Amino acid sequence: MEIKYTPQDFKSNQEVKWCPGCGDHAILASVQRAMPEICESLNYTKERFVFVSGIGCSSRFPYYMDSYGFHGIHGRASAIATGVKVANPTLTVWQVTGDGDALAIGGNHFIHAIRKNIDINILLFNNQIYGLTKGQYSPTSKLGMITKTSPYGTVEHPFNPGALVLGSRGTFFARSIDVELKLTQDIMVQSAKHDGTAVTEILVNCVIFNDKTHAQVSDKESRADRTIVLKHGEPMIYGKDKDRGLVLDGNKIRSVIIGEKGITEKDLLVHDAEEENPGIHSMLIDMMYPELPVALGVIRAVKDKTYDDNVRDQVIDAREHAQIHNMDELLHSGAIWEVK
Amino acid sequence: MQHKVIDTKEVVIRFTGDSGDGMQLTGSLFADASALYGNEVSTFPDFPAEIRAPQGTVSGVSGFQVNIGSGEIRTPGDFCDVLVAMNPAALKANAKWAKPTASIILDSDTFDEKGIKKAGFKTDDPITELKLEDKHIIFAPITTLTKESLKDSGLDPKSIIRSKNIFTLGICYYMFNRPMDSTEEYLDKKFRKKPEVAAANKKALRDGFNYAGNVHAIPNTYKIQPAKLEKGIYRNINGNQATAWGLLAASEKSGIPLFCGSYPITPATSILEELALRKDLNVKTLQCEDEIAGICTSIGAAYAGNLAVTTTSGPGLSLKSEALGLAVMTELPIVVVNVQRGGPSTGIPTKTEQTDLNQALYGRNGECPIAIIAAHSPSHCFEAAFYSAKYALEHMMPVLLLTEGFLGNGSEPWKIPSMKDFPEIKAPVITESEEKPFWPFKRDSEKLARRWALPGTPGLEHRVGGLEKNNDGTVSSDPLVHERMVGERAEKVARLANYIPDLEVIGDSKGEVLVVGWGGTYGHLYTAVKELHSEGKSVSLAHFDYIFPLPKNTADVFSQFKKIIVCELNSGQFANYLRTQHQQFQYHQKNKVQGQPFIVKEIVDAVNAIL
Repeated sequence: MEIKYTPQDFKSNQEVKWCPGCGDHAILASVQRAMPEICESLNYTKERFVFVSGIGCSSRFPYYMDSYGFHGIHGRASAIATGVKVANPTLTVWQVTGDGDALAIGGNHFIHAIRKNIDINILLFNNQIYGLTKGQYSPTSKLGMITKTSPYGTVEHPFNPGALVLGSRGTFFARSIDVELKLTQDIMVQSAKHDGTAVTEILVNCVIFNDKTHAQVSDKESRADRTIVLKHGEPMIYGKDKDRGLVLDGNKIRSVIIGEKGITEKDLLVHDAEEENPGIHSMLIDMMYPELPVALGVIRAVKDKTYDDNVRDQVIDAREHAQIHNMDELLHSGAIWEVK
Repeated sequence: MQHKVIDTKEVVIRFTGDSGDGMQLTGSLFADASALYGNEVSTFPDFPAEIRAPQGTVSGVSGFQVNIGSGEIRTPGDFCDVLVAMNPAALKANAKWAKPTASIILDSDTFDEKGIKKAGFKTDDPITELKLEDKHIIFAPITTLTKESLKDSGLDPKSIIRSKNIFTLGICYYMFNRPMDSTEEYLDKKFRKKPEVAAANKKALRDGFNYAGNVHAIPNTYKIQPAKLEKGIYRNINGNQATAWGLLAASEKSGIPLFCGSYPITPATSILEELALRKDLNVKTLQCEDEIAGICTSIGAAYAGNLAVTTTSGPGLSLKSEALGLAVMTELPIVVVNVQRGGPSTGIPTKTEQTDLNQALYGRNGECPIAIIAAHSPSHCFEAAFYSAKYALEHMMPVLLLTEGFLGNGSEPWKIPSMKDFPEIKAPVITESEEKPFWPFKRDSEKLARRWALPGTPGLEHRVGGLEKNNDGTVSSDPLVHERMVGERAEKVARLANYIPDLEVIGDSKGEVLVVGWGGTYGHLYTAVKELHSEGKSVSLAHFDYIFPLPKNTADVFSQFKKIIVCELNSGQFANYLRTQHQQFQYHQKNKVQGQPFIVKEIVDAVNAIL
């Protein structure tokens, strides 16, 4: 029996309590819109979804999804999600987290979930600020940013979440912006289809404590010129007029104008998300405006065995060749003796 | 010299040497051989935290004490009849444990000027310096003899010297008339892929045995008749293995797969190692990035429907505190095993203590009661772990199981139970509910347990989490809802008292002094109380396996005695807890915080002082 879902089926009865104008509303809509397609393409039913979160504004997400959900403690969502997935690999597990939750207090769990390649989907809402504690700098806040805990400006370099994913030998990394609803929706589908830890960074605006932090790249008028949406197998072209492209110049990526200086489409880099070597992916992840456009879309999606697959295989193998089949046999294994 | 065979009921042997000398193995092989022979056995491994501390120094000395007997053996013994010291440092560190009548076997090759100096002796005569002149000292050139024994074995010189522990074991087998077949079997199995190593070790064992028989340096050998044990099939088991197996047993009885998320920590690690072996029984183990991930993966696994456990020791429990609160709040069944060690902080990690009781009782934010169960002997860890899991699953709450390094590493023969003698475990898993949408925190009226709706079940979608919620699962900061939910969670734990067994009294149920203990001190307290009783003194023992909640008859038991003395390996944590729970009684205390188990005499003296 095939069940057809609508986004409405994934809306819970709870009142959404994010601030008006918060980018999280848009992401919630994108995820709910992606759900019917995910279910249809992967033959999932609704009860198989588990949304797990930590602490922070983004972590309220599970309450707004009509699915199984677990609102954990600060930083630990990756560990909780790992437990859910390993215990029952038939579930489809989604972790919703923020830049503080995943990269500060939860950094250790975040990198180790990725290293183990647990088959979970991680949505990392990056607003470059602590919102729920009302405006302190986060591990992704720009150098020099003035916040309540950095009144003279931060003196710390921010993380680039994608670089952490690559450093943890991640198999999937994508990036979107809250206002790119359709792009986020499409990435969610690809994330669901990926076997292994799939991390999607979503640049989010915090309307209260860090308004317009991503405005340079997210503004509607200039967005097309300042970002590039990467598609596997397609040349790297961007710009409002589709007249710009990316080439490899020596060991750096450079932006060029198609048609100028004899550059044609054939000279451009073609995106290969499935390439195991992270070299180009790393350069794409590092691209920053104004030097280069910010890369969006699925930047990396590499096939590899997942942790839960490997565990399941080991259990199946061990049970096939088992000498011990139950407790009584175990209790009598090894050196035993009888007292008569 | 006239050779005598002494029939004796009980003998304590202490094997000591450098931490690289293989004393733990030597001791456990001796214990296994004795158990197989039919003796009652209790062991006490006592080793340093350093894997290989500077060779020949006192800080690197590792010991393993075995008590074997033909009667009831409940402790590894206070002082030893035979001390084996593989070097001067081992002698220096352990001479204090030798009985006045003890024999001491020394590797004379190590008692050269360098060795004696390294051990920190002030003179060149350790025997006089330690005032051991009265003891029977057996100087055996063990290193030289082992080299001679294995010179044609084909082993390299390093491996040959490494076999001197097995040569020593041979000497002990002669001394105690032990059969060697179980050890030979072990060596064959361990070195299956290196038959030349197995052969060499077996030769060293036999040569040690024959040496002892030939040289007449050993005046007496001992015969310890098999104990009159209850009929049945027996095996040796240590506490950590028993804990792991108790959890497996609960998984089998409940039909719920076992998940263990843990981080290695002394002295708890071997529980994780044991469970990792059992993929054949459908166990999933996850070695996590840290202690917090250990408990959080377990909480996730419990949410997804597994019997989830995490194993740790004191400092690890501190790290898990916040997540323990989450398990209380989400009302999920997890078992947290704390194999206690000497604290605070890193403390003395390889030594035993009962100093985490306060942490177990109170170490969380908010009002956050957790059921606490304690194991009282190595083999009892099996039952304690089984019931921890049973109560966690049936009452939908975390249960904290306290064991101790002394129990985890210690071993004893154990009459193998049959799984059919253990009760069923019925977790409140549901596949549908009357109310729509499902209320995750609706409770049954007796246990107050909530129902377990597993992800993947259609129609029961719900959210849990650390925020306070109403019974229907909606987030609420309503003052009255909070107060009611705090009360319901506490009452759920309190009602466990309706399901646990009554407190038993060992000895007369009425009298002068009641010795009260909990956890791993059981063997020592039992032995002390028996000794006092045999002297005609009115002393009984009440030993607690259930710490929180306490058994319902606790006050009834206490009220039958004129005096109560609480004996524990901390500064009085259980005594203080009893003062809060049963204020009407006066509690005497006997405490010890040395990272070492009690000595029976300490308890006897403490009781005599208040009699």
